[in-house]
Amino acid sequence: MPEPTRYRSATLNLWRKFANVGATAFAVGSVILVLVPLLAVFVYLLIKGIGSVNWAFLTQTPKPVGESGGGMANAIVGSGLILLIASGIGIPLGIGCGIYLAEFGRNRFGDFVRFTADVLNGVPSIVIGIVAYSIVVVQQKHFSAYSGGLALAIMMVPTVARATEEMLLMVPNSIREAALGLGIPKWRATISITLRSASAGVITGCMLAFARVAGETAPLLFTAFGNQYWNLNPNQPTAALPLQIFVYAISPFDEWHRQAWAGALILIVMIVVAVAAVRIVTSRGMLKGAS
Amino acid sequence: MNSPDPLASQKPIASVPSLAQTSTERKQTGSRTVLQRIRTRSPRSSRIPDAIFRIIIALAALSVFIIVVLIVYELVDKSKLSLHQFGIGFFYGHDWDPVNDQFGALPFVYGTIVSSVLALILAVPFSVGVAVYITEMCPVALRAIISFLVELLAAIPSVIYGLWGIFVLAPLLRQYVQPFLAKYFGWTGLFEGPQFGLGMLAAGIILAIMIVPIVASITREVLSAVPQNQREAVLALGATRWEMIRMGVLRNARIGIVGGVILGLGRALGETMAVTMVIGNRPEIAKSLFAPGYTMASVIANEFSEATGDLYLSALVEIGLALFIVTLIVNALARLLVWSITGGTARVSA
Repeated sequence: MPEPTRYRSATLNLWRKFANVGATAFAVGSVILVLVPLLAVFVYLLIKGIGSVNWAFLTQTPKPVGESGGGMANAIVGSGLILLIASGIGIPLGIGCGIYLAEFGRNRFGDFVRFTADVLNGVPSIVIGIVAYSIVVVQQKHFSAYSGGLALAIMMVPTVARATEEMLLMVPNSIREAALGLGIPKWRATISITLRSASAGVITGCMLAFARVAGETAPLLFTAFGNQYWNLNPNQPTAALPLQIFVYAISPFDEWHRQAWAGALILIVMIVVAVAAVRIVTSRGMLKGAS
Repeated sequence: MNSPDPLASQKPIASVPSLAQTSTERKQTGSRTVLQRIRTRSPRSSRIPDAIFRIIIALAALSVFIIVVLIVYELVDKSKLSLHQFGIGFFYGHDWDPVNDQFGALPFVYGTIVSSVLALILAVPFSVGVAVYITEMCPVALRAIISFLVELLAAIPSVIYGLWGIFVLAPLLRQYVQPFLAKYFGWTGLFEGPQFGLGMLAAGIILAIMIVPIVASITREVLSAVPQNQREAVLALGATRWEMIRMGVLRNARIGIVGGVILGLGRALGETMAVTMVIGNRPEIAKSLFAPGYTMASVIANEFSEATGDLYLSALVEIGLALFIVTLIVNALARLLVWSITGGTARVSA
């Protein structure tokens, strides 16, 4: 009769247990380690920024070096102007592209567009800035909010397109069939039924794209360029919040550093509100309108 | 997200025989469904509007392609001067002297590669750790919160990372980290010289923080695409949880994880503002990570708007072109790798 198999010595089990605990500890540790900078960024923004955010900061233009006070009102409005131009170009194009991909894009051209959109998504923002510079600024021979808006619009298109596609694909086909079965033309069915059913998700995608470009600085450096004064003419150099933060942060003046922190706080609050709103909308279900 | 192709998965509707089955009794292969048949045959009254709609939508789709072509055209066109003047030597010349019209991009290429690789070394283990925690270990209640927080890292604009880097991270490095590294690891030659705080090391750390959310979210997506029965099979053999993760999950997902890492690399290579603010901006090649450096993206950011002379501007655009080509290759590669694991529908966003 053969000997019953003996289990290996307890040391192996000890090692395995140790590795198991070690791996768990590493995973938990890396979560903590990754969240520390997040916390640190927000805490510092609050501590350093909150003191300098006041009514003057939100309503006045920058003061010259040496004078205290002043604010970033022109940069906040300028950012709004540039983002308005960007959204006006980028969102319709992106949604159009997304509709194509979802409704007609199950072919080679669709795959090709999808690939191109991903490529465009990965292009460094500074390169897009160069292109907007050479397309608009070089032709016009001056910096403008238009060129900045165009650069940001280019960055929005792929994000919006892929989000729209994803959301449209989640709309059940029975809804499309029902619409077509009622004799509604394809274009009308796509816009008023399919797109409408997915509207919450599509809006989410647009807001994410918006939040993403709202903090972009690199492509604005040589397109919108920045401006120390009020400017509402989109054909002129325009101040933008991230740009102003950058200029103030690398300056040698303490007063400007404080303003940079305050500007950063305003910027992050705007972005986090947008992202959180998106989160709430999505957690309530993408296709609320469809049910 | 891994939603199946709605058209391919749709079953023919048997209750509509007049539409589903043609007179030839052609077998429904699934690729051509009732819906598609209806789609291709609009009612007469809407044929023209539908055609117009289709054209407009197709143009919107085409615009993405046109934009990319435009980017390539403008970059090549505007860098022609420099391409002709320096040829390939541009990328191994190490003199950057705008006054004498001498342009060599090696210090920038070096700075870009070193800062990105440093960022990867720092970020990848922790990103994978986070992804493993979220998919394999985390209580369900915490899962959404942790992914949200990690995603939030990606929502912080790079200029704010830069601001934080200058005023928080750099002093911290100067006071605590750099003296420590110099004392114990100074012999490697990587950690020597004056300790400014700002420099290659700071840039690497900031970049690492910025690419963690990307690598982590792609890795998470890839890990959750690993079939559940792989895990069960390994556990049934008596594996501990770590062994299950190592053999059942990570081994199956490794190609996808590499894809995520490469995607992170793509982001790190092109990152501009945060790096510009903390790397020190000096076009030198130094072995020490404490020394200031310069990256391709930062030199464009700093010098483009004040570049005088066509050759200077052209040289900067050529750096942009190189950056574009590299990120193009890197992203395409990453996309293929991730898709090979999760299937074609995964969204790869950088």
